[in-house]
Amino acid sequence: MTTEPAIQLRDASLTFGSRTLWSGLNLDVARGEFLAVLGPNGSGKSTLFSVLLGQQRLSSGTARVAVREARGVRGGLAPRELGYVPQQGAVEFPHALRGVDLVSLGLDGHRWGMGLRGTAERRRRVADAIDAVGAGPFARRPLSLLSGGEQQRLRVAQALVGEPDVLLCDEPLLSLDHANQQAVSELIERRRREAGTAVLFVTHEINPILSYVNKMLYLVDGRFSIGSTDEVMTSATLSTLYRTNVDVVRIGGQIHVTGPHSAVCEDDPHHPHLQA
Amino acid sequence: MEDLFNFELTLRLLGLDFVRNALLAAAVLGVVAGALGPLIVMRRMAFAVHGTAELAFTGAAAALLLGVSVEFGALAGAVVAALLLALLGGRESERDSVIGAVLAFGLGIGVLLLWLHPGRAQNKFGLLVGQVVTVDSANLVVFVVAGAVVLGVLAVVYRPLLFASVDPVVAAARGVPIGLVTPVFAVLLGIATALGVQTVGVLLVIALLVTPAAAACRVTSSPVLATVLSVIFAEVAVLGGIVLSLAPGAPVSAFVTSIAFAIYLVSRVIEHRRLAATRTSRRLSQAKGVAATPR
Repeated sequence: MTTEPAIQLRDASLTFGSRTLWSGLNLDVARGEFLAVLGPNGSGKSTLFSVLLGQQRLSSGTARVAVREARGVRGGLAPRELGYVPQQGAVEFPHALRGVDLVSLGLDGHRWGMGLRGTAERRRRVADAIDAVGAGPFARRPLSLLSGGEQQRLRVAQALVGEPDVLLCDEPLLSLDHANQQAVSELIERRRREAGTAVLFVTHEINPILSYVNKMLYLVDGRFSIGSTDEVMTSATLSTLYRTNVDVVRIGGQIHVTGPHSAVCEDDPHHPHLQA
Repeated sequence: MEDLFNFELTLRLLGLDFVRNALLAAAVLGVVAGALGPLIVMRRMAFAVHGTAELAFTGAAAALLLGVSVEFGALAGAVVAALLLALLGGRESERDSVIGAVLAFGLGIGVLLLWLHPGRAQNKFGLLVGQVVTVDSANLVVFVVAGAVVLGVLAVVYRPLLFASVDPVVAAARGVPIGLVTPVFAVLLGIATALGVQTVGVLLVIALLVTPAAAACRVTSSPVLATVLSVIFAEVAVLGGIVLSLAPGAPVSAFVTSIAFAIYLVSRVIEHRRLAATRTSRRLSQAKGVAATPR
């Protein structure tokens, strides 16, 4: 582990026409840190990921990922350094695709050629990644027939098989039931704990990951707050961000936010920010 | 049609040079179409293949009018069409309508071009339903070279192309140059379509580029095995179709498409049984409490 932050944003701003998503954003995520990114739809959570992936240019400021600078697609980071877990259902899987194929593509799908060399080594790493998420019993079935929870376990295996330094999770718990939310977040947390991977976790729902989060970025309408959960998830901070009266209530180790329902609570899945 | 089972006649015809050329060209097409097929199915491009084939006809009609080789015209038309459809139909929700609009216009232009060239109008029928027996040895060399180029490029782009096809969101996140592999695949598809237009014709090119792969994707969920099966199915359909058409002297297309469709139907029955078995084993494993747990 180095002291160099895995993610570093300096005075970053993103503007589309007259609309500023956010500006003056300074953010450090160290190795082994678990950052939750919260905020309503359209607040620029997913666009922040696009910037880190090198798919979106900042209007000003700099973004560095695992030492490299994320600029255009070409100047982006090496895929080896990054794992990505999309929301469940982000892609409709074709008939002829199994979990083992998905994980295998996560390992070296970005490489040219058929990949005929090193098949034994690849098979071993893919099998290890599948075992680590407990997906062995269903990894050889068609993905399109698996449940959302099973698909997301395989998504985690796909993201972790390349042993990334940074893990970007874009609403990975969306549309999962409670048990699967816990199982998937625990798998991601285990990777952070055991390998020191920096985790950036976009979510609507903080409670399933509450005990893992040690830093939070809360974005609302161009305003943002960065700090620990205790600093950000307070009535005062959220009321300032939302510019209206918001109550943060802690009950039984969970955090509940009450206030203008439409502004704070969102049940609609947001759209995957990447287009094919 | 009473000659369908006249094996003596079939064997005699198989000894002829032009029949052998036709079979060799068809074999090349079978490998190329079979190899590209699963990717076409995964990318949901059956309609794009149809559109590309129609515009290959437009290209051929233009070549006829300009007095250059019809084969070259079909190739140029197909490649341009495939690229156009790939670049215009970016969003999946719009792709259908883009193809419909481009295809209708292209076909209209093709009809106009044929009308402007009244001399060899019978050629239009040849292009529409195929004229594999006109493949001569010079054409055969072109077939083999084009086939080798398509397979060679496919081998190089295969993994990122598969990644971008089945999982575009994560592929883009992992740095797969989707803006590069999409047009490359379009060009490969254009070349394969142009080859198909020469043998089974514009109207039935889907029988080789889509049907065998659609069948293969029903009987296996492994992309690699699906590709192998797709090649085998395409070969059986195209070679079997040509051989069966010899004795009765009937159009090749009818036989090729019938065989391909029969394979497809059988595959659907196999899939139905396979899925039923999967569901049963799943219910059993859940009943036994073999739920997957981490570690």
